[in-house]
Amino acid sequence: MKDFATLFTRIDESTKTTVKTAALADYFQTATPEDRLWTIALFTGRRPKRTITATRLREWAAEVAGLPDWLFEESYSIVGDLAETIALVLPPATKTEDQTLTHWIGYIKTLSTLEDDDRKAGILDAWNSLPNTERFLFTKLLTGGFRIGVSAKLITRALAQATGQDEPQLTHKLMGNWTPDTTTWDALIEADDPTADLSRPYPFYLAYQLDGFDDLGAPADWNAERKWDGIRGQLIIRGGEHHLWSRGEDLMTDRFPELAQLCDYLPGGTVIDGEVLAFTDERPLSFNALQKRIGRKTVPKKLLTGAPVILMAYDLLEHDGKDIRDMPLQERRESLQTLVAEVPDTAPLRLSASVPFKTWDDLSAARDQSRDLNAEGLMLKRRDSPYLSGRKRGDWWKWKIDPLTIDAVMIYAQAGHGRRANLFTDYTFAVRNGNDLVPFTKAYSGLTDKEFREITAWVRKNTLQRFGPVRQVPPEHVFEIAFEGIQASPRHKSGVALRFPRMLRWRRDKPVDEANTLDDLKEILATYG
Amino acid sequence: MADVLTFTDRGIYCPAGDFYIDPWKPVDRALITHGHSDHARWGMGRYLATSGTAPVMRHRLGDITLETVDYGVKTRIGDATVSFHPAGHVPGSAQIRVAVKGEVWVVSGDYKTVADGLSEPFEPVQCHAFITECTFGLPIFKWTPQDILTQQINDWWATNAAAGRTSILGAYALGKAQRLLTTVNSAIGPILTHGAIENTNAVLRDQGFALPRTTLVTPEISHKTHPGALVLATPSALGTTWARRFGPSSTAFASGWMALRGVRRRRAADRGFIVSDHADWEGLNAAIKATGASKVFATHGYTSAFQKWLSSEGYDAHIVSTDYQGEGFDQADEAEA
Ligand SMILES: [Zn+2]
Ligand SMILES: [Zn+2]
Repeated sequence: MKDFATLFTRIDESTKTTVKTAALADYFQTATPEDRLWTIALFTGRRPKRTITATRLREWAAEVAGLPDWLFEESYSIVGDLAETIALVLPPATKTEDQTLTHWIGYIKTLSTLEDDDRKAGILDAWNSLPNTERFLFTKLLTGGFRIGVSAKLITRALAQATGQDEPQLTHKLMGNWTPDTTTWDALIEADDPTADLSRPYPFYLAYQLDGFDDLGAPADWNAERKWDGIRGQLIIRGGEHHLWSRGEDLMTDRFPELAQLCDYLPGGTVIDGEVLAFTDERPLSFNALQKRIGRKTVPKKLLTGAPVILMAYDLLEHDGKDIRDMPLQERRESLQTLVAEVPDTAPLRLSASVPFKTWDDLSAARDQSRDLNAEGLMLKRRDSPYLSGRKRGDWWKWKIDPLTIDAVMIYAQAGHGRRANLFTDYTFAVRNGNDLVPFTKAYSGLTDKEFREITAWVRKNTLQRFGPVRQVPPEHVFEIAFEGIQASPRHKSGVALRFPRMLRWRRDKPVDEANTLDDLKEILATYG
Repeated sequence: MADVLTFTDRGIYCPAGDFYIDPWKPVDRALITHGHSDHARWGMGRYLATSGTAPVMRHRLGDITLETVDYGVKTRIGDATVSFHPAGHVPGSAQIRVAVKGEVWVVSGDYKTVADGLSEPFEPVQCHAFITECTFGLPIFKWTPQDILTQQINDWWATNAAAGRTSILGAYALGKAQRLLTTVNSAIGPILTHGAIENTNAVLRDQGFALPRTTLVTPEISHKTHPGALVLATPSALGTTWARRFGPSSTAFASGWMALRGVRRRRAADRGFIVSDHADWEGLNAAIKATGASKVFATHGYTSAFQKWLSSEGYDAHIVSTDYQGEGFDQADEAEA
């Protein structure tokens, strides 16, 4: 695993994408095909099955290191990563073994067949055979994902360099629900039919936020649609089966069983890009309704009737089994419209209508209606644009509405972890209610590192009380909190829960008695909840 | 028996001798463990420090009333007897031993137990009560042995030099920078220094410390005049326009915090070398044990966890709040600790 550790270190240490790409490309040319495949799998979130619980790993590591459990936990809270904590606290390895990445993954798989005592012996022996980085990586394999700042884009670029194939094709090949157990390097990368796998999705085309109309040219060249506030999804109908993929390459088919009937109405060889929305009476419900269904692998009946979903179709990527992504948007939408028209209204599929406009001012007025329609804003797509892959500028733009905001008072602070250990970055905010302060949300992003450092120094000097890692601070600082949505929540003291709260800015200019009140918050809830 | 030392909002105080140790607010009489700015502050009536610490204090604090004393020499102040003992933290740094009527307390200041090749090596001092720093008081901190560390830095520098890149290494101006200077292989290429570091180099050279030849970075100096150079810079200079003059470069940061992957990534340097002038977990535990103290006060660092750990090990352990900054990775370079 030495070469994998070297690859990891080269990627992890550098901030330069060129260095990371070169490290990966080197590796893809020198590692064994099995190791290459596993590396792609790990870096794209396909990890081996967990065979040992995190709790057991913690116990064993603390035991070997001679530490009480609480001290291990304390260390873990500072490091922020279980595998790293384990690698750091264990005594140095007393022997060395250089095996391939695939060997160690196989080793982990065999552990699952063993009795608990033997498993433990196997893990301890591995820990004692691996030097620091390799030990960390081995433990990472046991505990979960490899988020190390390598995007899928970077991997495809490196693969393109190593294999001489072009990037869009490689991007497509890497999608879908393959694992190193179901395919090989040759079948996945070297073979040239990306649709061999019936469930394989196309890469999503993503837009940047619009930053002005100056470069857009004539309004007539553009098609506008609502940007619906649901879950972006790609519906694939091939060979009599359907698959629904999220943008994060999660297979969501079973979470939205009502979409299964679309198999009966849409021909095989159809792939639709759209938005999964909770929808009743020809109207999308707010994201809050859909939220109840997120995170559930299967859906109880009550939710199916309470928050039924549809697919709001944006685009057609495959038609009659043909990849039509290179055709102009206009033509793809015409085909899409024809397909949707043949599906009865009782089925959960709608076409996301175009928003008519003649001038940019018309469009701006249309955008102002977004919240009433439970939409996040508008999408602008050039009529002759192909369906590209990944986030690209030029042909597609999103024009989101501004977030909701409220000015709140910071009352508690807590240190972050990992990258932000030792900085106070997680704050609890309150609104005023008479002479009281009512906490209503936490937020931990949105400030610059410099601001976090400044607040950290202030928190250290002004701590009123400690509750474990949490510090109570005097209510002196006001922050503008932005959020995407709000809903009633009996579990919270304030009676509300926010969606995506973050700090928009530090309002140094605002005294605490000008911060917003609980009544203000309730009014926002009444209007937008 | 009355406490030999008490903890006040001005700093650690000795009632029997009416003096403070490393106070952070103006007092009449201050005993100083070492020259870092969070320990040696401006505004005290008179100072007492080791003769090794005095030059850097004069350099930084200007015209101050400063008496000096050598390691191990006992001085009577009021009813207290004080002496300074090597702390191994930076050249001249000391632990301060205070004895009153047979009761001995020791203030560690900042310390490390492994020899760095430059500072006077740490000496354990027997005492009843030990006031210890614990900047790195968690078992996740274990320092790379000096020889391996030196090899890592030399390899990094040599590789960069061969590839036509300047090596820019961020390190605190007093102690860390000079320690690195004495260990790197100066045959690899020229060594350039940032002003704050070169000033401290001059002070230490005057004291008789042998440092390799260094060149202060002035406006006409760049990678063109000094190809393959190692540039020692204060952490705050990394990534600034000052650093951009060196053309294609690799940046590295030398700190104990580099043991944590998250912090390494946050620093956004190309490399992180794990090197600290504070004791690591093993060092802290060994040092405390060697004092024979039964009472321990933990200060600056992971105090609550460390206090709990020491209690579980059978010590009468307490937490003391102080204003010392430690080796803060999130602070600008003035907090060099
Ligand atoms: Zn110091
Ligand atoms: Zn310090």
